[in-house]
Amino acid sequence: MQSESILKVKDLKTSFFDEGNEIKAVDGVTFDVPQGKTLGIVGESGSGKSISALSILQLIDEPGKIIGGEVIFKGKNLLENSDKEMRKIRGNQISMIFQEPMTSLNPTQTVGQQIREAYKTHQGIGKKEGNKKAIEMLKTVGIPSPERRIDQYPFELSGGMRQRVMIAMALACKPELLIADEPTTALDVTIQAQIIELIKELQKDLGMSVIMITHDLGVIAETCDYVAVMYGGKVVEYRDVITLFKDPKHPYTVGLLNSLPRHDIEQEELIPIKGTVPSPDEMPAGCRFASRCPFATEHCFVNLPELIDIEENGQIRCWIYTDEWDGDQEVKVYEPERTS
Amino acid sequence: MSQTSEEMVYKPKKTESHRIRSLKDFYRRFKKNKAALVGGYTILILIIVSIIGPFIVTGDPAEQDFANRLATPSADNWFGTDHAGRDIFTRIIYGMKLTLAVGFSSVILGGLLGIPLGIISGYYGGKIDSLIMRVMDVLLAFPGILLALAIVSVLGGSLINVIIAIAIFSIPGFARIARGSTLATKNLEYIDAIRALGAKDTRIIFRHIMPNILSPLIVNATLFIATAILTAAGLSFLGLGAQPPSSEWGAMLNGGRDFMFIAPHISLFPGLAIVLVVLAFNIFGDGLRDALDPKMKK
Repeated sequence: MQSESILKVKDLKTSFFDEGNEIKAVDGVTFDVPQGKTLGIVGESGSGKSISALSILQLIDEPGKIIGGEVIFKGKNLLENSDKEMRKIRGNQISMIFQEPMTSLNPTQTVGQQIREAYKTHQGIGKKEGNKKAIEMLKTVGIPSPERRIDQYPFELSGGMRQRVMIAMALACKPELLIADEPTTALDVTIQAQIIELIKELQKDLGMSVIMITHDLGVIAETCDYVAVMYGGKVVEYRDVITLFKDPKHPYTVGLLNSLPRHDIEQEELIPIKGTVPSPDEMPAGCRFASRCPFATEHCFVNLPELIDIEENGQIRCWIYTDEWDGDQEVKVYEPERTS
Repeated sequence: MSQTSEEMVYKPKKTESHRIRSLKDFYRRFKKNKAALVGGYTILILIIVSIIGPFIVTGDPAEQDFANRLATPSADNWFGTDHAGRDIFTRIIYGMKLTLAVGFSSVILGGLLGIPLGIISGYYGGKIDSLIMRVMDVLLAFPGILLALAIVSVLGGSLINVIIAIAIFSIPGFARIARGSTLATKNLEYIDAIRALGAKDTRIIFRHIMPNILSPLIVNATLFIATAILTAAGLSFLGLGAQPPSSEWGAMLNGGRDFMFIAPHISLFPGLAIVLVVLAFNIFGDGLRDALDPKMKK
């Protein structure tokens, strides 16, 4: 049933090199973004969400390097593109908005100048025409009296306003894919809801696909069609959003959901996931989550599970769901329990 | 609330461009520092005098009057006359243009070479960075005036060569500041955001990095003008810069050297003029730093 994918990421690997040490920030990430849909990428800090996103646009700086995999955008592998070809795609076909609206705008340029940048780069549009388009764009993202705003500097705007300006910049050339890297994390809750609403609306109007990167499961539930759960630089579960919340399979996903309060059932207490994310050089050789997983066996620590299909559009990376599971068979039958 | 009222106040001034607005804001901060304001206006007056001065003073700076040699200051010769009977006041007015020209052009030349080198070094890093910065380190290894001396000795003594020499020894200062600021700026999120929009490196450097690192560079340039003027005067004093008939201040000092005990005013007035200009640029530069660097604000 899955519609055409606009972006397929296959076994993407990005590492950082530090004095001979290789730190695998993204270690074989695979996911699909279906045309016109929203993919959520969720995970803790350091799970490789943002690096995956930056790798798609090849914005990884030294000492980081993309060392393998494929990023297939509309049938073409972006990793084979030259720098020049990538520049044509950035901001034009794939855009990105960043987490910190406070620092994501150039403090020495007016809002108008910065939005015009996209038109200038991709369409060669000059100041006058660019300003007209910038005003239109600011109107689209819901900024009142845009004629006046385009002459203002970022410091004259509030956080929510700035994030709207960021969105206006990113969407100026009507991209087909928008990568939103924690677009609401730095905003307060009421503004968060507005920004999410705005992104959803614009997505519908422009018919674009969205990758929503967040650590907030609420945002995922609100906006996404599909979800990739990341842990330790790998995708551990890829499901459509309703199935994920109803029937999470990976012990990590279950743990995440268990640590969230629910409003529909009585809860005595929340159960956190034990321990912390191990640092990249302490990662278990097998399943990355093994050191924190309540079900992990010897087998899990040593052998890395593959990302296997468990249903249509559903994949999981866990030994429990394979024939090789050597732990408690009951776990296999009953699956990790959602306590909340 | 305050924002809306601010907007209402702002509305009638809508035609005012944002550039003028930021200039006004800068001046408002700058004028708080009274000393810097005095320095700034002194420089402004000096520049005006150097341009219109030659039309106001009647004499010729090279006109000799041996009947009136070594005259002390009087109503006719405000600053007295030198050993060839030339009017010192006239010569100082004419020399001002030379002095300021040396100061500004050497700093502009140095900045034009040093700033791009620094930005390239900071932005691209790696081997290019090492190469550029090692060359800068070599230049920095010599004391400024010694380097200038060496360069002028090679090129030959003239005011143009002095400008080139001072420009060369100002390059490392500009390059280091530009590199440091670029390193701090290039990792900011808005540079990533601009790259994510598909901007070219040259555009990122000139439109987005340059304006953001300009303030420390402007301050450095202003303070360096003072150094440049001092160095130029020093080289002329040593006979390596402007040559004798010239009314360059350092050359005038040198001319007065032999008469130090019988006619100290020959050296005194050019000396005072140098002090005035250098002091003006130094306090102006300090004031600029306070006004341009918001972190320094009290």
